[in-house]
Amino acid sequence: MQGTDFNIETVEFLDPSGKLKRPLPDALGGRDKLIHLYRIMVLTRVFDRAAINLQRTGALGTYPSNEGQEAIGAGVGLAMQDTDVLVPYYRDVATQIQRGTLLEEILVYWGGDERGMCFSNQAEDFPVSVPIATQCCHATGIAYAMKYRRQNRAVVTTCGDGATSKGDFYESINIAGAMKLPVVFVVNNNRWAISVPLEKQTAAKTIAQKAFAVGIDGIRVDGNDAIAVYQVVSEALEHARGQHRPSIVEALSYRLCDHTTADDASRYRDQKELDQARELEPLIRFKAYLQSEHQWSETEDEALYVDCDSQVKKAIDAYKATPDQQPGEFFNYMFAKPTANLEKQKKEYFAEVKRHG
Amino acid sequence: MAEWTLLEAVKQAFAWELGADENVVVLGEDVGVNGGVFRATDGLQETFGAERVVDTPLAESVIVGMAIGMAAQGLKPIVELQFMGFIYPAVDQIINHAARLRNRTRGRITCPMVIRAPFGGGIHAPEHHSESTEALFAHMPGLRVVIPSSPARAYGLLLAAIRDPDPVVFLEPKRVYRLGKQEVEDNGAALPLDSCFVLRDGIDVTLVSWGASIKETLEAAGKLSQIGVDAEVIDVATISPLDIETILDSVSRTGRCVIVHEAARSFGVGAEIAAQLAGEGITSLLAPVKRVTGFDTVMPLYRYEDQYMPGVNRIIDAVKESMEYR
Repeated sequence: MQGTDFNIETVEFLDPSGKLKRPLPDALGGRDKLIHLYRIMVLTRVFDRAAINLQRTGALGTYPSNEGQEAIGAGVGLAMQDTDVLVPYYRDVATQIQRGTLLEEILVYWGGDERGMCFSNQAEDFPVSVPIATQCCHATGIAYAMKYRRQNRAVVTTCGDGATSKGDFYESINIAGAMKLPVVFVVNNNRWAISVPLEKQTAAKTIAQKAFAVGIDGIRVDGNDAIAVYQVVSEALEHARGQHRPSIVEALSYRLCDHTTADDASRYRDQKELDQARELEPLIRFKAYLQSEHQWSETEDEALYVDCDSQVKKAIDAYKATPDQQPGEFFNYMFAKPTANLEKQKKEYFAEVKRHG
Repeated sequence: MAEWTLLEAVKQAFAWELGADENVVVLGEDVGVNGGVFRATDGLQETFGAERVVDTPLAESVIVGMAIGMAAQGLKPIVELQFMGFIYPAVDQIINHAARLRNRTRGRITCPMVIRAPFGGGIHAPEHHSESTEALFAHMPGLRVVIPSSPARAYGLLLAAIRDPDPVVFLEPKRVYRLGKQEVEDNGAALPLDSCFVLRDGIDVTLVSWGASIKETLEAAGKLSQIGVDAEVIDVATISPLDIETILDSVSRTGRCVIVHEAARSFGVGAEIAAQLAGEGITSLLAPVKRVTGFDTVMPLYRYEDQYMPGVNRIIDAVKESMEYR
């Protein structure tokens, strides 16, 4: 073995055709949890397409699609307990909706309104982080507080493969190891950081092996396989909560979409590669598995899509019906108590509004 | 009452608040066993334990980023960054997150934390150890920038900063860390943030400064009084948000203003004060506002740093020019 070759196994349950390669985890026994995983993936896909359409018609700002990443969020969200905390990056709809973030809140945020970060549920979860890898640092502090208070909880933070090139990622996994913090770093390795492929991002053969440099666990999982993601993250969270053993979970996926609605991936990505990746995508195999092993019918499948469509339409209606912020609302949340300077500027602003509307 | 240096006052403020509030956690490089490179946390780990006085890896960005996560959970982290010259890896965390978290979550998640860093020249330190870049942080919405200039104000303002519900960048003038002792009552009493302190009453000219430069400014005021110029001296203390009212009030009586700071001149805090005086105090002014500052150069290495630092003579000359202006 060469020094750079760690031979990390990729944990897989479902193969691309939907066949189970190893026994189903006990916790997923029975149809309900499996259908839940599938439903989250379908809902995310339906929501995602609707969000892109909203953007194309001018009703939403720039939006980062989740297409191809649904299994990661589905597995992570189901593996987390309510008392855990999520510190997400910006491509994490499937996780967020299982945490209780409302679809309309996600739309309100990408629609250019801070209130989309004031979640109705899960008061401790962070809003998505746009600056890359910075959120990994916050996760370590939350984990520190949990350990300091002797709580049996853990933090999950997520990022993409590009983020693992950043100092904040290294600093965070390093401090998590040095301080034995209850945190799991889930890396969505979708192979592209906007236009830069993983090969240009790093000479490391895997992202999981970066864990070994800082003395924490590094695990690889098929990120197109919701069952595998669920199982791997569940175990990682148990180790985090019970033994304060942090880890990196590298989830292998592929970004089937543009980076955001402002991007055009055809400028830098080969169509053939994309076509091949589509054959491995997470929804197709999960449906095939449900059909072959759990008597999932086309009728049920159609009904699920209809149901998700209607849930998304309701969210869009709620988003569109959200009343505007009060004028000058942006002055009100800078400090616990407004400073004299801000009071003065706010008055100037209102005088201007009064004069010119 | 105890007699403390500014550095001892910082430590005593820590000790008081660590004892009073179990949510307070001190973290940074070498703050534990070693007690900090300047000994500002000397003995605190022994008293309060390694969970509350935390030695971190050498990584400024995650030290501040971790403190943001702690603060979001209701802890009150106090971060020590060893020198202001080493704060820049953490600027992403300070500006993009600490300063914005309350606003972006509409108050759902807040960030009560203190980021301490020793700053300024005059102690013959190596390269990158002597700069004064407070204006970078003063310019950023969502941050408080506080600079003490005496042991009593270090104690009271640091306690106020720790208890403040929002992030505070607390910059300590290391040149005067051990420069003299002052009697301070160790009673846990905070001093007000967002307020200037009038250190010397006068009627002829207003001298405005902060941090270590307060020393030369007060010396200059003493010498000026011997030639019949009665200077008022204001310690800004909270650089941002700026208490311009106290300065305007003083200038409305004196009509003249000289601003003294060690940082480079252009686009600095002095420029903001001068702009506000021009905007709201123009009718009081009998002479142009003058600035006595460091130059718009890289801070020279220690052998030549005295050439850069605004000294007593430069302040006196500026005041004389201001007094002679008709």
